[in-house]
Parts: sequence; structure tokens; C-alpha cells
Amino acid sequence: MTAPGRYGAAAGPRTDGPRRRRARGAPLPLLVPGVAALVFLLLPLLALLVRAPWGSLPDQLTSVEVWQALRLSLVTATAATGVSLVLGVPLAWLLARTDFPGRGVVRALVTLPLVLPPVVGGVALLLALGRNGVVGRWLDAWFGITLPFTTAGVVIAEAFVAMPFLVISVEGTLRAADPRFEEAATTLGASRFTAFRRVTLPLIAPGVAAGAVLAWARALGEFGATITFAGNFPGRTRTMPLAVYLALQNDPEAAVSLSLVLLAVSIAVLAGLRDRWLTGT
Amino acid sequence: MRKAGGARVEGEVVTGAGPARVAAAGRAPVAGSGAPVGTGPKTVGEQGLDARLIVGRGDFRLDVALAAAPGEVIALLGPNGAGKTTALRALAGLLPLTGGHLRLDGASLEHTPPESRPVGVVFQDYLLFPHLSALDNVAFGPRCRGAGKAEARAQAAAWLEHMGLAGHAGTKPRRLSGGQAQRVALARALATRPRLLLLDEPLAALDARTRLEVRARLRRHLAEFEAVAVLVTHDPLDAMVLADRLVVVEHGHVVQQGTPAEIARRPRTDYIARLVGLNLYRGQAGGHTVRLDAGPSVTTTEDLSGPVFVAFPPAAVTLFRDRPTGASARNLWRCEVAGLETHGDQIRADLTGELPLAADLTTVAAAELGLHPGASVWATVKATQTHAYPA
Repeated sequence: MTAPGRYGAAAGPRTDGPRRRRARGAPLPLLVPGVAALVFLLLPLLALLVRAPWGSLPDQLTSVEVWQALRLSLVTATAATGVSLVLGVPLAWLLARTDFPGRGVVRALVTLPLVLPPVVGGVALLLALGRNGVVGRWLDAWFGITLPFTTAGVVIAEAFVAMPFLVISVEGTLRAADPRFEEAATTLGASRFTAFRRVTLPLIAPGVAAGAVLAWARALGEFGATITFAGNFPGRTRTMPLAVYLALQNDPEAAVSLSLVLLAVSIAVLAGLRDRWLTGT
Repeated sequence: MRKAGGARVEGEVVTGAGPARVAAAGRAPVAGSGAPVGTGPKTVGEQGLDARLIVGRGDFRLDVALAAAPGEVIALLGPNGAGKTTALRALAGLLPLTGGHLRLDGASLEHTPPESRPVGVVFQDYLLFPHLSALDNVAFGPRCRGAGKAEARAQAAAWLEHMGLAGHAGTKPRRLSGGQAQRVALARALATRPRLLLLDEPLAALDARTRLEVRARLRRHLAEFEAVAVLVTHDPLDAMVLADRLVVVEHGHVVQQGTPAEIARRPRTDYIARLVGLNLYRGQAGGHTVRLDAGPSVTTTEDLSGPVFVAFPPAAVTLFRDRPTGASARNLWRCEVAGLETHGDQIRADLTGELPLAADLTTVAAAELGLHPGASVWATVKATQTHAYPA
């Protein structure tokens, strides 16, 4: 274990020189678009900071609507992450550690919400869980449960979009983890579930945490599926992204302030993952 | 299920004597061996391991019969890919049997899942749980088998102390040396009080320097273990030092078994002959002459008839550049040097020709003979230095 470290330390100074020289000699056809891309990615964020109504910001952010939206966003994103953890980690385990017919297809289906336009996801959720939906009809008739246009609906819409991030992240970590630790636990008398709980889960905890943060950030920013499935009711389903969109029509300054809050949250998330993604690889 | 187990142990306060008894059994192996605490009926005739392991995987088929009495240490010895580890995994229940049987102390285990088998495993690279301290690694087994947290930790502490690791209880596995990690792994496997202890290449992960010491220690621990131990190794020295009996496996089958002395003296396959450092040939004996399947004949001191093996050590071979005139023409073959390599402080010459064989000679002798690959030499062996035995 110490060997790679020593190697890295020794190789560090040697590779630094050539790398810097190569950057200086970067060919223009790569340098120009590369820098343009960087500007393109950063400019909107800078604009947000430049045009922020810093003077009225305290008032904007202390308004009831903003707090309502922010609190709702945090609560629903956290709840959606919780749902994703409780259901997604077992799914990731099934995908990584068991062999069943059609596993490849299942895996592809799990990743579908990653690429599906969220609005389509919202429509699909309506058709499934809406009052007249395939399942929603029975939920309504038997239990009196109505999900669309409720806070629970927001959580469902966010979980639908965010869970695949967690599943993919955890599955990757599981595949990289040595399954023989589970075997060792089994020979010590642990059932497969105990082995998972006491050995595998602690081993993959960093991957689970990273997946959860990713899912949480995705849920926090969820717009399309939420507005389609849960609507836009203040205090109930109007999360921050919805509030931003609405504010932009009536009160652009408020929209900027709200956006700043979301930007701050995103930066905080990124800072939290710094060790894992920015310095890693 | 776990709850029930926990409740049982809480009621069974006597188990508190567990660690003391564990340690006592360890220090006084003879006393401990008299009272096996294992499961299953106590019919004396059925004690120990009785297995025929048949595992088919693709075109590989393992078919190995193993039997051992409590207290016996068996080594499965064989080249890579012979099926040793497959056999071990089958014994542990990590691999299902496709046929045969597995009985331990009279109880059939074929359909028992690994977590319910009274079997402990020391894995090749130990597989200590990296997120748990040495103590919690050892306590894991007792915990899973129903002991309360404090009780399991007390047992684990006793085991670590017994292994001379009392000071490392709180250490995480990555901070342990190879030898220490191996002892923790052994303690972890023994802490479940298995009736069958399996060790997969227990010394392979160690460097040559610590190996000697760890081997001696492991030998002591295995000697005091009162149930059956099966270890898998491809190192003949490990096998001979650690085991009472060797079972040599090649291509999924047992090719020879016996005490280390028997195996070393009477190898029956090229693989074993190479391991124990002997030239080995098969042939038909008629009196003191054995006509080898390889062509020439060998004169031996034994008087045998029928199919036999003939073995002699490379050091018994004498080489000449010219045909020796004084010597008798018996056991004299014309060979060619195929290769030379240093072998300890000797030179080992690999010879082809009339009779392919390995010969050891001193560096001085090799220089005086002017040996080089392609050189032709005469090789002779005294009849008294050969050993023939029925095939």
C-alpha cells in the first residue's frame, strides 16, 4: 500500500515539468475552443453574481415565500434521498451481486430516468399514480391516497429522477468492492443480510454517501417532473426551482436572489465532495 | 433469528467461562481434545471429517476424497489450478457440491449453508474486515453465532491474548504486519470454535523473512487445535512442516497421499518428484533391473517385479565428459546438457538424451567439466543410490 504512494511522490515532480510545458504548447485548435467552453460554463454564473440585487437581498431572502420554498425544497429533497437510499441501495446490491435473467435489461431500465426528459417522467408518473392512473386509481379507491399535487407527490417525482444517480453510484462501488469479504463474513456465521449490513455496507459507505449527495442535489434542482406531477402550490409543492421560474415572470430580482441561494447550496455540495471528485484521479 | 440467539446467550451466563475455557483449551491441548464442544453426535467412530467432494465447473471436474480424525492436520498440495481452493471452498460451503458427500463429526453438511457450518476459514489474504479493529474482527464470529456484544468481545480478547496480540486489539487491519494479520485471521476463524478449520495458502502472503517465524507459530497453533484442520498450499515445505498427512491433488484428483516422509521418499508423479527434488521414472522391474518406459534400464538394489517407480536424487548423479572406462557400464547414459541453473550453492544441470534427468554438481565440478548448453556428457548413478518401489 505504501509503494504506490512512494511512487507517486517520486513521480510527482518529474511529471509536473512536462505537463506544464505541454500546456504552454497546446495547439490553437484545442486551446481556443477549450477556453471558450470554460467561459461559456462560467459566464452565466458570473452574470448571476454581477446582477444580484445585493442591496435588497436580505429582504428578498427573509420573505415568507422564499423560506417556505427553501424549506419545502430541503425537506422534499432529503425525503427523496431517503427513499432513494432505502430502495436504491438494495437495488444496487441486486444488480451488482446477484445474477438473474434479464439483469442487463433491468440495469438499462434503471438508468432510463437519467436520460428521460423530466417532464416526460412527470407525465408517466401521472399516468401511473394519478387519480385515474394505473395504480393510483386503486390507491385512491382502497386507501383514499392521492399523490399528485401533494408534498408526497413532490417527493415521489424527485425520487423518480434522483434515485438512478444513487443506484448507479452505489452499484459501481459495490462492483469495485471485494465480494470475498461477504464470503468471509458468511463463514463466520453471518447470514447474507448480516454480512451486507455489517461488512459490505460499511465498506461501501463512501460510495453510498457520494451517491446520496448526488441524488440530493439532483432532487433539489428537480423542476420538470415536479411541476408536471405535483403542480405549483405555494407551501405544498412549490419548491425552489418552481419559485425561481415563477418569480422570473413577476419579479426578476427575486428570481435572481432565489437562484443565488440554489447556487450557494450547489457550491456547498461540491465543496463537500471536493476530496472525492476534485482531488481524486 | 438473531434475536433468539441473543436471548439464548444472555440466559446462558455459563458462556462467560467461554474465553477462559478457550484460552485454557489452547494452552493445554491434550486436556481440551478430550471434550470436543462441537455439534453433532458423539459417536467416536464418526468423529472427524469424511468427505468426497465432487464439483463440476465447465470442463474442470474435482473429485477428491478426504478423511481425517480430530486433531489431524491435512495439507492439500498441488500445482496451481489443481482444484485445491475449489475443494476448500466446497468444504466451507461457498461452492455447492455437484456430487459426493460431506460429513463432519457424523453430521451431513452437503445442504448446510456456509453460515451454519461449524467450519472456520483462514483466507489466503486473510480478508480481515478493514473497517473493524482486530478485536472486532475476532468478535464478529461469536457475535454472529449469538453471543452478546460484551461476551463476544471478551472471547475475542482472550483469543488475541492467546495469539500474543493483546496489545493490538484496537488496531485496524491495515496497520498490522503480515504475520500479525495472519494471527488475527486465525483467531477470528478459531473464535467460532469450528470443528473443521480451513487454511488457504496460509503463508503465501508473507515475505520470506517473516515466513519462517509465522510457520513455526502456525505449527504450534495447529498442533493444539483439537478438531480437523485442512490447509491448502502449493509449497511442499509448508505442507511438510505443518501437516500430519499430505494429499496431493493434480487435475482435480488425488494422485497420492501419505505422511510427508512417505511422499518425500516415494513420489508417484512428476509433479511430486519435482517438489521433493527427485528424478522419477516409471518402468517394468525384473529382478534388480528395471526397464524404464523412457527406454534405458536401471539397475537397482531392490528385487522387484512388475510395474515400479525408480527414484534417485540429482546429487546422486555423476557426470563425465568422456565415457568413463573403469566404471561398470550399468546405469550409464549418454546425455546432452539442455540447461544449467544455480540451485542453492550447487549447479543443477538439466539433461536430455538417452535418459532425461536432473543432476546436481558443484560449481567447481561444472567448471572443470566445461559444461554448457549443448555439451554432451555421460551420466551415471550407483545402484545403491536409486530407490525402486511398486507402482
